[in-house]
Amino acid sequence: MDFRQNYFELFGLPVSFAVEQVVLQQRYQELQKSLHPDRHAAASSQQQRMALQYATYVNEGLATLKSPLKRAGYLLQLAGLDVRSEANTTKDVNFLMQQMEWREALQEANAATDPFAVLNSVRDEVGQARDGLYQRFVSAWQQGDADSLAQAHECHRQLQFMHKLLDEVDAMEERLDD
Amino acid sequence: MAYSDKVIDHYENPRNVGKLDAADPTVGTGMVGAPACGDVMRLQIKVNEQGVIEDAKFKTYGCGSAIASSSLVTEWMKGMTLDQAAEIKNTSIAEELALPPVKIHCSVLAEDAIKAAIDDYRAKVAK
Repeated sequence: MDFRQNYFELFGLPVSFAVEQVVLQQRYQELQKSLHPDRHAAASSQQQRMALQYATYVNEGLATLKSPLKRAGYLLQLAGLDVRSEANTTKDVNFLMQQMEWREALQEANAATDPFAVLNSVRDEVGQARDGLYQRFVSAWQQGDADSLAQAHECHRQLQFMHKLLDEVDAMEERLDD
Repeated sequence: MAYSDKVIDHYENPRNVGKLDAADPTVGTGMVGAPACGDVMRLQIKVNEQGVIEDAKFKTYGCGSAIASSSLVTEWMKGMTLDQAAEIKNTSIAEELALPPVKIHCSVLAEDAIKAAIDDYRAKVAK
């Protein structure tokens, strides 16, 4: 058990945005097997505690590498950037204006004759913008110099808004379905 | 988590919601967003010839604390000079609204929006 490994090392994967999800799941199951409580039944309470901590570490690793958004944030963290700070605000005016427009469209969707059509068009637009941001994130992160990493950081900030919006679209759709 | 009465009051009866003409040379527009919660805030000020803020409007998509923070600062800013408004600190906002620690970032967002609106106005004047 080595807690100093980063999640990519833990799962025996190259440090990259692209993660083979099938391989990730296989490695996870292998790690899980070695951690099964039955294998540690005879161990001391300290060893059992360690095994439990390690299991948590493995689960966090899986959650991080599984989600593209978390994975992107983690890659920035590994590159030494602070992605969690509360002072981490975005001031890109064009981006924020577009966010406002989408939110307004969602707000007005309730009163629209075909609210599902509004939701679908917002979902398509936001989805395309999200995909574009991931592409820009990957190429900026691969460049790796300070300026490019700052760009990748801004992509990650904007991606968080995109995911939040898409969650809201789904939530609205569920309410409309009821 | 329980909101304070002041937050609920601003949330249920937000002051100064709306929009000023961003193209107006006497209007400064500040836009900020908080990635962690997806909140988006637009704060606008209309400044008279004496450098006093005579009107302020906001539009915020976010939680109750973010809406209350921006609503509160629009009330505060009216009648202030730009320099006075620039002195508004997130800590005063958080204190007035009795924000819990996990919602302090909402007041930070409001402070950033004030600064962005003032910067936008000053950049227009400088042109």
